Amino acid sequence: MTVSEGPAVSPLLSVRGLTKYFGNFAACSGIDLDIAPGEIHALLGENGAGKSTLVKMLFGILEPSGGEILSSGQAVVIRSPSEARSFGIGMVFQHFSLFEALTVGENIALSLDPKFSLPRISDEAARLSHKYGLPLDPKAHVADLSVGERQRIEIVRALLQNPKLIILDEPTSVLTPQEADRLFETLLKLKTEGRSVLYISHRLEEVRRICDRATVLRHGKVTGRCDPRQETPASLARMMVGADVAGVSRSTGSVLGDVLIEVANLSVPARTPFAVSLRAIDMQVRAGEVLAIAGVAGNGQGELFDVLSGEYTVPENDAIRIRGKAVGTVGINARRMLGAGFVPEERHGHAAVSEMSLSDNLLLARSQPDRRSFLSGGLLSIVRHGSVRSAAKRICDDMDVRKSGDDPSAGSLSGGNLQKFIVGRELDRQPAVLVVNQPTWGVDAGAASRIRQALVDLARSGSAVVVISQDLDEIFEVATNVSVISEGRLSPSFAAHELSLEQIGLMMGGIHDSTHSEASHAH
Amino acid sequence: MRIELQKRAQPSPLFSFVSPLLALVLTLFFGGIMFWMLGKQPVDALYSFFVEPLLEVWSLHELAVKAAPLILIGVGLSICYRSNNWNIGAEGQFTIGAITGSILPVLYPEWHSLMILPLMLVMGMIGGALYAGIPALLKTRFNTNEILTSLMLVYIAQLYLDWLVRGPWRDPQGYNFPQTKSFVPEAVLPEILDSGRAHLAIVFALVAAVALWFMMRFMLKGFEVTVLGQSERAGRFAGFSAKRMVWFSMLLSGALAGLAGISEVSGSIGHVQPTISPGYGFTAIIVAFLGRLNPLGIIASGFVLALTYLGGEAAQLSIGISEKVSRVFQGLLLFFVLSCDTLIHYRIKIVTQKLRGGAAHHA
Repeated sequence: MTVSEGPAVSPLLSVRGLTKYFGNFAACSGIDLDIAPGEIHALLGENGAGKSTLVKMLFGILEPSGGEILSSGQAVVIRSPSEARSFGIGMVFQHFSLFEALTVGENIALSLDPKFSLPRISDEAARLSHKYGLPLDPKAHVADLSVGERQRIEIVRALLQNPKLIILDEPTSVLTPQEADRLFETLLKLKTEGRSVLYISHRLEEVRRICDRATVLRHGKVTGRCDPRQETPASLARMMVGADVAGVSRSTGSVLGDVLIEVANLSVPARTPFAVSLRAIDMQVRAGEVLAIAGVAGNGQGELFDVLSGEYTVPENDAIRIRGKAVGTVGINARRMLGAGFVPEERHGHAAVSEMSLSDNLLLARSQPDRRSFLSGGLLSIVRHGSVRSAAKRICDDMDVRKSGDDPSAGSLSGGNLQKFIVGRELDRQPAVLVVNQPTWGVDAGAASRIRQALVDLARSGSAVVVISQDLDEIFEVATNVSVISEGRLSPSFAAHELSLEQIGLMMGGIHDSTHSEASHAH
Repeated sequence: MRIELQKRAQPSPLFSFVSPLLALVLTLFFGGIMFWMLGKQPVDALYSFFVEPLLEVWSLHELAVKAAPLILIGVGLSICYRSNNWNIGAEGQFTIGAITGSILPVLYPEWHSLMILPLMLVMGMIGGALYAGIPALLKTRFNTNEILTSLMLVYIAQLYLDWLVRGPWRDPQGYNFPQTKSFVPEAVLPEILDSGRAHLAIVFALVAAVALWFMMRFMLKGFEVTVLGQSERAGRFAGFSAKRMVWFSMLLSGALAGLAGISEVSGSIGHVQPTISPGYGFTAIIVAFLGRLNPLGIIASGFVLALTYLGGEAAQLSIGISEKVSRVFQGLLLFFVLSCDTLIHYRIKIVTQKLRGGAAHHA
């Protein structure tokens, strides 16, 4: 973890003692950072380490509370993203800001000076996208594009400003391995042109593969600087979390029991123009089994979760069975009463209400299955706040949920801690069937490992677990069987140990049953 | 130097309490400036507007008469707004409730029975609820915006009332005045005390407020209202139906507005006439927000807004300014309530110094 104190050439962008307070909380404190021309610089850290706050200050979205930013050696104040662009900084956000109903060209034009005509912008965007190996059709509608293609729009949009530094926030979290490879080629090309890249990630393998230097943040402070190519993933992880991350222990060869959740030939038309239709889904999960459903975002994962949970019912009652009972037409609470538990992907506003306390959020999922302990007064349904609160406390203790105060609002917890609570809320009932969508999305390494272990343990104790995930590392950590979802179709399941990363990657790209070519984006 | 709003980590409990009081103080302050610009002594004018009405027993009764419909409608609206259903048409539901509730005494003026009053109240509630059911149906079936539909229905209700009292319901012995026969004594809502006009409506209002407070605070139904108001998706996850909540909240607030309407006609007016409300249904929106959408808070804010009506009348008499001033006060109050609420979630920070080395370079 010892490297030379900064590069010999004068840095493109430097940060000295940069600090940001939110109230009394220091999201970033005294950060020093140098980015040299023509380097790919990794910014590593767990969720909540201060990475996003730091880059928002660099891009003029947040104002620093202290410290300074130097562009080519001169102190500058960056007040807005447009000022950041004038200093040669471009940014590609983790969450895209694109209008789905508009075309690629129109979306790019919206972010540029209105004096350029749309055809000119489209031509320039097409030229740039081919030059950097990110083929894009400017006339395609964004709604029709895959997430990877949407990301290309954002990258091309940034490149059109001819930036000296491009900031990428978790760019590969939404890509297939093949798409990620392609992105890396683009980044290396940018590097050979002398542009710099600030690459934010918590995927250590990637950082080791493409980055020249890395700065590690923890709790808003720089805890390490290194050459990632000389580190191991384990040593990088140690810098990020400050302790060794526990690996998930998975028993192999356990005997599988009865089928606990079953889907038979289920087709569901898309609810909205931007949703995915489910096509002839077949799925069986037995007691003791963890079925992981791999796939790139937007291939029907959310829609599959909705019909499994019963948030949206289907007309054929027999199409879905939980513990042998047909449940296609019954709602989520009837399915919970049969012993099923559900963890949606989105924490805020779906799995939990951010403004409500943890105990209220416990009641959210369990008012009906735990009627007897949580409600009284017959038809009046009076909430027994005392017992709800003590159950919430039990869950927090079991799952090691770190929080401030006794019963804080869900929104005040970090992503990892809230996710532990949301998973713990279901585990607390010992569900016979658990369906989880993206269990560790945006969750720090420590919480992720705890959640994965809990899923494995639940299956081992005789439950059937369905894990919908885009994270292949996670899938191989927890799954006994793997299916792949692509364009609303679910592949047959394979034993996890018979599959390689490459095979899954190819199936995720949709190559298993169609000749869909990844470069053809004009549907 | 500039002023910045900084998000608080947690909503401030202090400002949740102080914000409405602060809004009141600001309203009085700017109201004083308004009086001064009208050429009146601000302190004297404010005194006759806000204090004098509280000094006599009869005007305290008037306060209760005016507060009753505001509280009844306001608590119903608070359930709507908490569940993210924006019923703006309480004035129309009030009017229709007054009409349906008056069917018996107007069409059967010879019927003397103790049954008549309870029946009138129930029919008023049903009328108000059904009228609020129209925007509910349009919203759940056709996804229309209930703000627009409920508001437009107000004018339909008012014109319908106007037509009724000038046409089929007009009292033949009424010297051509546009009003119905006076209600028989059995159809008049009784007064509570001998000392003044306050009638049972204020009791209904207090009972409704306490009952809904209990529901929101202790019952699963109240939890359902809050969850669906915060996030429809989370509500669906909890197994709650947003559509059923549209019906529940609209019918409930419509029924309470209808009850307010028939109580006003039966208790305060004694017959039906073209104008039966000085805008209670709209003012109740302010009442609901000033009361923090909390039924108990709405009791207090209902009396405050009732005072602006009384003060307007008093000010017209004693210092000779238009009673429309009360509308100005209501507007000021809503404006300051909503802006002071910002302080619950944000703190104000005045940024004076520049950052170290803060010489800006513009390209």
